[in-house]
Amino acid sequence: MALAADGLQVAPTRVERIPAAYWVVGALLLIMPLLANDFVLFQVFGWTFIMGLIALSLMFLAGYGGMVSLIQMTVAGVAGYMTAILGSSGVEQISLGLPWYVYIPAAIAIATLFGTLVGALAVRTEGIYTIMITLAIGSAFYYFAKQNYGIFNGYTGFNLVVPPDLFGVDWRQPIAFYYLTLGCAVLGYLAVLYVARAPFGLALQGVRDNPRRMAALGFNVTAHRILAYSLASVLAAVGGILLVWQNAQISPGTVGIPVVIDVLVIAVVGGLRHPIGPFIGALIYVLLRTFTPDVLAAFGQSGERYKLLIGLGFLLVVFFSPDGVLGLWERWRARRRRDPLKGAAQ
Amino acid sequence: MRRADAIADRLGAVGSGNALELRGITKMFGALAAISDVTLTVRPGERRAVLGSNGAGKTTLFNCVTGDFLPTSGTIRLFGEDVTNFPAHERIRRGLRRTYQISLLFGGLSVRDNVYLACRGVSRGRFSLIRPRRGEALMARAEELIEAVHLGDVRDSLVASLSYGQQRQLEIALALAGAPRLILFDEPAAGLSPTERADLVAILTGLPAHIGFIIIEHDMDVALRVAQTVTMMHNGRIFKEGSPEEIENDPEVQELYLGDGSHAHG
Ligand SMILES: Nc1ncnc2c1ncn2[C@@H]1O[C@H](COP(=O)(O)OP(=O)(O)O)[C@@H](O)[C@H]1O
Ligand SMILES: [Mg+2]
Repeated sequence: MALAADGLQVAPTRVERIPAAYWVVGALLLIMPLLANDFVLFQVFGWTFIMGLIALSLMFLAGYGGMVSLIQMTVAGVAGYMTAILGSSGVEQISLGLPWYVYIPAAIAIATLFGTLVGALAVRTEGIYTIMITLAIGSAFYYFAKQNYGIFNGYTGFNLVVPPDLFGVDWRQPIAFYYLTLGCAVLGYLAVLYVARAPFGLALQGVRDNPRRMAALGFNVTAHRILAYSLASVLAAVGGILLVWQNAQISPGTVGIPVVIDVLVIAVVGGLRHPIGPFIGALIYVLLRTFTPDVLAAFGQSGERYKLLIGLGFLLVVFFSPDGVLGLWERWRARRRRDPLKGAAQ
Repeated sequence: MRRADAIADRLGAVGSGNALELRGITKMFGALAAISDVTLTVRPGERRAVLGSNGAGKTTLFNCVTGDFLPTSGTIRLFGEDVTNFPAHERIRRGLRRTYQISLLFGGLSVRDNVYLACRGVSRGRFSLIRPRRGEALMARAEELIEAVHLGDVRDSLVASLSYGQQRQLEIALALAGAPRLILFDEPAAGLSPTERADLVAILTGLPAHIGFIIIEHDMDVALRVAQTVTMMHNGRIFKEGSPEEIENDPEVQELYLGDGSHAHG
């Protein structure tokens, strides 16, 4: 303190300002392949990062833009389908077999275009109507994919959709896939954090808080909302490509209404106020889906009941903490920081 | 061709002289005419006060000028250009600014972010995905504005945590961003302490001469000190126009507005 008073204290560098929790979580995630088995790496963490990315795109729209969109899973699905159609799959009469450096950017671009168009329709609506219109387009896409055999191969969809053998690595090996999905999730997370403080991100939060004032400051509110859909679509598209690689297949069920709702549940349960929320939500979701069927079976119950558990969990979180698990955590920390004698925050 | 016409229109407008021209502006809310047939001209750099009792239609007039509402009928020319059907942001980008009678701020953002947004809104790079650097010109401009309205001590605070008076100050800062040419102040002094009022008068009288403004103000003391011309509104119509002295001494005005004793005057 004396040093600080003398003005000698060195300002913390950018690296020093990163909270300790980040270092711990970061290190744990990096050495996870030493701690966890293949199933946990591929199925639990891989799936968590993928669903987290897709839910992150909803968090970006809802948390920063105030727009609750149910189209994000469908955008991911469009990217997944494009990966199968433009790249290679077991359905050789449809898949074009283009090289990875064509089909990956093309899949992201097409999904982003799709998400932007939906956004352009949806931003003219508010609240419940945004939910309705995006849900309507999402279910229309589901039925279209299911009935269209020329492009989407109908009910069966595409199998044997695997990542390219880049750098001689089989990216579907658990460890490689773990790092691939971890890398994409971290990039998406950091990108959202970064953009939130860039002019566009600030303006988006302004549009969320007060669209009328934003217009009176010279901002084109509609254009900002549409661009938010475009950026969110990129996140969802990356998630969609990883998802089709993880399952090695895509079919209409991948973009069915239950999954669309799951993405909303993940984002809300995790918390919409910070980009870490969707990943927390995704981890809870994946753990429940992966392990509760076994636990239920051990108690002689039907494994399908896990859906009931997820639903109950959703109800509890929405009831007790409308800002998700993240909100619970923040309130708990605030309570701990409070001085037990004086009662005030330190 | 249409584009060429538009450019010709704007070029022609440069010489035409008026900051704002309203012709026959009427705004209906259902069957209620909030303003009817208002015709008004404001010269560049002119400082005008709009007076009138509650419900006279003053705020509605501002809303029509800025594009918050579209008028039911009539035309609006801003710096010579017909902006009647322009969205609000297009009018703002042409040098129009406003404050709101009931503060309309970004409660979840800091004071600095609020002012930075205002500066960004009237400059390029609104969609930039690159974070601003510390030394950025727009940041420096935002800091200047924050100092100008005496909010330096709370620049990092969330706006929702500011006092009422501080929020009113911030309203003013947002309207001064960029290069304003005509500012609409909607009761900026309402609820301010005497010191804050004096600060406000200093800011208004200190504005560069090329910046005109229209101020809605119940406090005659403030209004008559900063304004060169006065417009009286009553029941959605313009009732009298003139210099502050003419308006103050007008018997009809005194009877209607000053005489009822419900408003402070100096
Ligand atoms: N958005 C609105 N919807 C319906 N009526 C309105 C609206 N805004 C204003 N009014 C009505 O228009 C009239 C003029 O209001 P306003 O312009 O706010 O008056 P002033 O600012 O002079 O006090 C009032 O009768 C008010 O109730
Ligand atoms: Mg008013």
